[in-house]
Amino acid sequence: MSEVVDKAMRRRASGPTATSTETPKERALGIAQRHGSSAVLVLVVLAACLLSPGFADWSNFQSILVGNAYSSLLALGMTFVIISGGIDLSVGSMFALGGVLAAWGVQHGGTPVAVLLPLACGGALGTVHGLLISKARLAPFIVTLAGLLFARGFLQAMSNEGSTTYLVPPDSAFLAVGRGSWPPILTAVVLFAAGGVLLLRTRFGQALFAIGGNEQAAVLMGLPVARTKTLVYTMSGLLAGGAGMLNAARLQSGVTNIGVGYELTAIAAVIIGGTLLTGGAGSVLGTASGVLLLAVILNLIGVHLSRYGSSASDLVNGAFLALVVLLQTVLSRRRGLP
Amino acid sequence: MTTEAPARGLGIDRDQVLGAARDYGVYVAIVLLILINSVITPHFLSLDNLRVQLFQAVPVLIVALGMALVIGTEGIDLSVGAVIAVAAALIPLYLGYGPWPAIAMALVGGAVSGLVGGSMVAFARVQPIVATLALMIGLRGFAVILNGATAKPVNDPEITGLGLDSWLGVPEMAWLAVVLVVAVAFLVRRTTFGRQLTAIGDNRAASALAGLPVRRVLLTVYVISGVLAAFAGVLLVGHGGYADPANYGLDYELLAITAVVVGGTPLSGGQVRVLGTAAGALFMQLITATLIQHDVKSSYEQMAESIIIVAAVYAARGRGRP
Repeated sequence: MSEVVDKAMRRRASGPTATSTETPKERALGIAQRHGSSAVLVLVVLAACLLSPGFADWSNFQSILVGNAYSSLLALGMTFVIISGGIDLSVGSMFALGGVLAAWGVQHGGTPVAVLLPLACGGALGTVHGLLISKARLAPFIVTLAGLLFARGFLQAMSNEGSTTYLVPPDSAFLAVGRGSWPPILTAVVLFAAGGVLLLRTRFGQALFAIGGNEQAAVLMGLPVARTKTLVYTMSGLLAGGAGMLNAARLQSGVTNIGVGYELTAIAAVIIGGTLLTGGAGSVLGTASGVLLLAVILNLIGVHLSRYGSSASDLVNGAFLALVVLLQTVLSRRRGLP
Repeated sequence: MTTEAPARGLGIDRDQVLGAARDYGVYVAIVLLILINSVITPHFLSLDNLRVQLFQAVPVLIVALGMALVIGTEGIDLSVGAVIAVAAALIPLYLGYGPWPAIAMALVGGAVSGLVGGSMVAFARVQPIVATLALMIGLRGFAVILNGATAKPVNDPEITGLGLDSWLGVPEMAWLAVVLVVAVAFLVRRTTFGRQLTAIGDNRAASALAGLPVRRVLLTVYVISGVLAAFAGVLLVGHGGYADPANYGLDYELLAITAVVVGGTPLSGGQVRVLGTAAGALFMQLITATLIQHDVKSSYEQMAESIIIVAAVYAARGRGRP
């Protein structure tokens, strides 16, 4: 066991299959792969501060951070899923469902129900995904795709095919969960920090790297592969449901048509953050940079290309994602990874 | 030597049942659905109703044919819905040169998008899911920028004819779909290209070592998928009489993947079931129609679909694979 952990620690430190015989050049490429997104984020923010009037205002920063605080939690869960070698396409739907469940819960039982119901449903859906993936050995892609449809269907059924929007009464204690601009930011920061600790400082995190790196080897080494994989999807579901719940408290209602395509943004942020889609390597900090990088770009597009609306940001996001993936692949190849 | 295991019970083992369910389940399910519907749904077997079902199913079916080829190479193409949008945006743009040049440009648009996605997969060895995800996000934005956010009417009789006319009581687009199914089935079963495709899906490294033109085959497969998706986009524009890139083709990647999976093609590559894919598209359309005609809300229909997908994938878990 300690050997496995040891190996996993090394993997964590320098990416898959890195050994002490790494040349300086390989090490530099590895650093570029893992911290490239943070560096680009700093550069983009600096350039924007100098060149884009109004960008450097605190109110602008605040709107970027608050606007992305809750959806960033989807990317946090996705980081764990992707490190394990899987993918979770259901998070956007679960985000929306979490919001509707929370708003419904306020009306039918008060704040405790509103807080617990989305978490319970998100956790349950995630656990079902995890069991189908780890025990029945179905492909994560298709299982969570079915989960996407199921959650969206469930949401439509709850909301009368989308025609009923549950409102949170303005005097409800539940609204306190999402009020102001600091609670969302702090929630995201605390959860990301907790995610980082979980990934780097616990047995669970180490097992995750080992499984994502080489699942068969992890099985042979006696790691609890099925349990770890199931837990990863449970966590992703919990985070998605919880993020939807917090967002509903902020919007004061369970918006039904929210969350479409959020899974794609989350995946894009994770990959831009340097987590390999092949699993086995990645970091929470990178994901945070990825989320912020996409958010800053979106913000800049909103200022400078607003006449094209959101389609311009789609185009730029797609091109940016393609560029990053190509770079990642080239970097991996240069380091001699598969 | 009797190496065969003694038969248990009726001599049917679980793998055989699952295998049969995978290979023939979708055909049996279609027959059952039609039989049940002919009893419980009034006017189900009327020509009008069957025509409506075909109009709905054909675009998905055509996209699914390309998807089946891509999945056969152990890939996935998430960009098909966005390619439909690009095709829809290109048609009004080039309609001034006449209907056929406009259709040709739409197909070229699909081919170019396939070329981009295919190059990323074949040459840069990016994973298909990310490569086509980037395309999916980017192309939808591109299509909306090309066209503007509002739908444009397309009144050209040639193009609307493709989407609305019938021949011998069957929609023209259904005849085209039959031709495409036969062509793709021929491609997979009777050509070197088809053999190479499944070999690559089975084991890319071994295929490369065996000297197969791995990159060229992969590139071609994604181009075919792009062109077929663009063609589906042309049919959708013809059927609707509008080019609406912001809304056309949404969720088509899901519908196509569902059709392929329900048709019994394993996601692990190495096999393409062309007829099964066509049957899968028809089956999903029949399920939707059955539920709608019995006033089942679309929310429950969606949940039912998700359960069918999981069941189909469970049955299609390749035998002999871990």
